[in-house]
Amino acid sequence: MAKKLNIKEKYRLLTRDLDWEFSYQDRKKAFPYEEFEGIKITDWSKWEDPFRLTMDSYWKYQAEKEKKLYAIFDAFQQNNGHLNVSDPRYVNALKVFLTGVSPLEYQAYQGFAHVGRQFGGVGARVACQMQAIDELRHVQTQIHAMSHYNKYFDGLQEFSHMHDRVWYLSVPKSFFNDARAAGPFEFMIAIGFSFEYVLTNLLFVPFMSGAAHNGDMATVTFGFSAQSDEARHMTLGLEVIKFLLEQHEDNVPIVQKWIDKWFWRGTRLLTIVAMMMDYMLPNKVMSWKEAWEVYFEEAGGALFKDLARYGIRMPKYSDVIEKEKEHLSHQAWWTFYTHGHAAGFHTWIPTDEELDWLSEKYPDTFDKYYRPRWELAKELEAKGERFYTSGLPQLCQTCQIPMLFTEMDNPGEICYRDHVHEGERYHFCSDGCHDIFVDEPEKYVQAWLPVHQILQGNCGGPGVEEVLSEYYRMNLGVDNMDMKGSPDEKRWKQWKGVA
Amino acid sequence: MSIEIKTATLEPVRNTFAHIERRFGDKPATRYQEATYDVASETNFHYRPLWQPDKLLQDASRTRLVMADWYAFRDPRQFYYGTYVQSRAKMQEAAESSYAFFEKRDLARLLSDDHKTQLIRYLLPLRHVEQTANLNNVYGTGQGMGTALTQAMLYNGMDRLGIAQYLSRIGLILDGNTAESLAQAKQLWMDADIWQGLRALCEEMLVTEDWFEVVVAQDMVLDTLVYDLVYSQLDAQLADSGAQDVAMLTEFMQDWWKDNQRWGDAVLKTATAESADNKALLEQWLTLWRGKAAEALAPLATEMLDEQALERALAVLDKRLNKAGLFR
Ligand SMILES: [Fe+2]
Ligand SMILES: [Fe+2]
Ligand SMILES: [Zn+2]
Repeated sequence: MAKKLNIKEKYRLLTRDLDWEFSYQDRKKAFPYEEFEGIKITDWSKWEDPFRLTMDSYWKYQAEKEKKLYAIFDAFQQNNGHLNVSDPRYVNALKVFLTGVSPLEYQAYQGFAHVGRQFGGVGARVACQMQAIDELRHVQTQIHAMSHYNKYFDGLQEFSHMHDRVWYLSVPKSFFNDARAAGPFEFMIAIGFSFEYVLTNLLFVPFMSGAAHNGDMATVTFGFSAQSDEARHMTLGLEVIKFLLEQHEDNVPIVQKWIDKWFWRGTRLLTIVAMMMDYMLPNKVMSWKEAWEVYFEEAGGALFKDLARYGIRMPKYSDVIEKEKEHLSHQAWWTFYTHGHAAGFHTWIPTDEELDWLSEKYPDTFDKYYRPRWELAKELEAKGERFYTSGLPQLCQTCQIPMLFTEMDNPGEICYRDHVHEGERYHFCSDGCHDIFVDEPEKYVQAWLPVHQILQGNCGGPGVEEVLSEYYRMNLGVDNMDMKGSPDEKRWKQWKGVA
Repeated sequence: MSIEIKTATLEPVRNTFAHIERRFGDKPATRYQEATYDVASETNFHYRPLWQPDKLLQDASRTRLVMADWYAFRDPRQFYYGTYVQSRAKMQEAAESSYAFFEKRDLARLLSDDHKTQLIRYLLPLRHVEQTANLNNVYGTGQGMGTALTQAMLYNGMDRLGIAQYLSRIGLILDGNTAESLAQAKQLWMDADIWQGLRALCEEMLVTEDWFEVVVAQDMVLDTLVYDLVYSQLDAQLADSGAQDVAMLTEFMQDWWKDNQRWGDAVLKTATAESADNKALLEQWLTLWRGKAAEALAPLATEMLDEQALERALAVLDKRLNKAGLFR
């Protein structure tokens, strides 16, 4: 009778035992990026595999999931599932998703493939490789889910071209470029831990429940289907941080610095989700503030309590972040509303019912600071003077978001920070972004800031209109401007047989 | 509103994404096309990698091969994630039932000690070669250009991990899960003369920087030789000497090789046809790595099979390269 092997022992033999000690080449040359960040790994064999999935089971489970998923996509297309969404405004959230988020899945695929080759430990490497192929799955299933919407709505058709160029899309793009340009361990703290373990819930739960509340079967289905992948990614993120902290005490301050940086960068990135939840979903799920409290303050708080034993504290500026939940979504949607001619999607004034919902969800801030703006916008719209800003905004050198955030203790005043580096003055939206820059100025001076690029003539021209239509390939007045009177809205009315 | 009315009255605004339309015209696209073409970022990268400051995040100069359009590397299997995992799931299902049958009937019992020794000595150490292939293909994914090629390399890389795991399972079947055979095979990989050439070659590929050169060395040269020697020649010899049941355990590798060759041939052909410079570069790399691989494999091929075995494998390789338009 053959001896019984437990899963851990079997996985060790099938996977972990595949590496060997080099005799003919310097092993450091084969894994050259492990040391320059200052992280000390004394023993890769201490890596605890976060999941022990061999390829045969991987293929089997994933193929079952894909089969079900594509059956739903097929049915969705055949039955014109797009007609079941709550309101055509909803599809604009998908436009933001496909242009802003799906390309990040692609960058995750690239980033995890890179570290999945570069880590010296086979256990860590294989876990990263599996995440790489999962992330490829995500971008491809998202494209396939949106493929049908693309046939019936404007603004999805140039998602890839736009991601590389459009002013607000440089926010998510630079976020991931930053992580991929970093060393392999920082990448893992940035994406594997900060993003996947802590912030991903804030991205996916709102999008997927948003889809569910708004009748979007295709998105709900890929969201659910990706959930078991995400569960694996989260355990990998947690293992990475524990492993680094346990390997050497000198790693602790480095990891803390990365946590501070990537939580700040992450919350800036999530601004777009905040805006989507509070303004773009016709049927609301919960407010951004509520989501933040549940998924960050409660879940994240518990996590950081757990990490305290390693000497890790809450991310820097957590106190500012806590105040921002009251303001982020309002400041962001107002910015898009006023720049609605330069966005790749439609914007609109919230309905009266929606304004009341916002008042109710944000009793301390909405009526005081934000509702009056919308009331004014309504008046102007009623007079036929829908308002668009003509200037180009100044962008934060780090997060690349226009200077739209206010001082959190004084919501009437825009927050500006600056710093002089080698005789040049750089501008920031916050202390968090300022500090990130000051720590690595050589990196952030390189940022491809869309507005600077336009002003330098690198995006065509001569005017903004040519930049938008030729360089960005937006169909002006079709893909963007107000939802009211848009081709999207007209078609929807035709399909639904309403005047 | 009934379904028929909906489908009859809804005219789509467009057939597919704009970048797909620019490549293939204004018509409905396949899922392979939408999942593959022009998905990768190509311009306006924000920061140079700290780990390679002389390059951009995506940088064609990471290989000396030059392509006008990296999406020319269309995968004839049209694998995107969904079709890839479904193809492999089918193959693993067949493998699983063979392995289960083999174990249930305890067919290992019918293998002579000689045969078992042969498998430990010649087959099992290949798990480390597969591990190298995993790394080399994932390297291409991280460094390479264009989703058409990078995704196919990741599929190849994950396949190789799977094959390394199947080979390890063969060891566990032979030794009744004591792992002794895997330990012996690893010892051979580390010390036995017949394996040192190959181990040195694997280590050399792992420190080679040009990713396309690595792909040429691993996927085109070494794999063609190893798969012929082991999964064709050794397989025939085992079958002829009464160990035909082993084929149940290696069928996955044989099926995989057939499938993978379709992709590999297309890659070679496309790269060769692109330009005379590419052809010359490929021939230079192929000559170099063919020489290294032949030298590395000679002692193994001779002891495992016979004096002519390596020549036969080299003939298979040469024919393959010729078919792709190389060396002619
Ligand atoms: Fe993902
Ligand atoms: Fe993920
Ligand atoms: Zn900023």
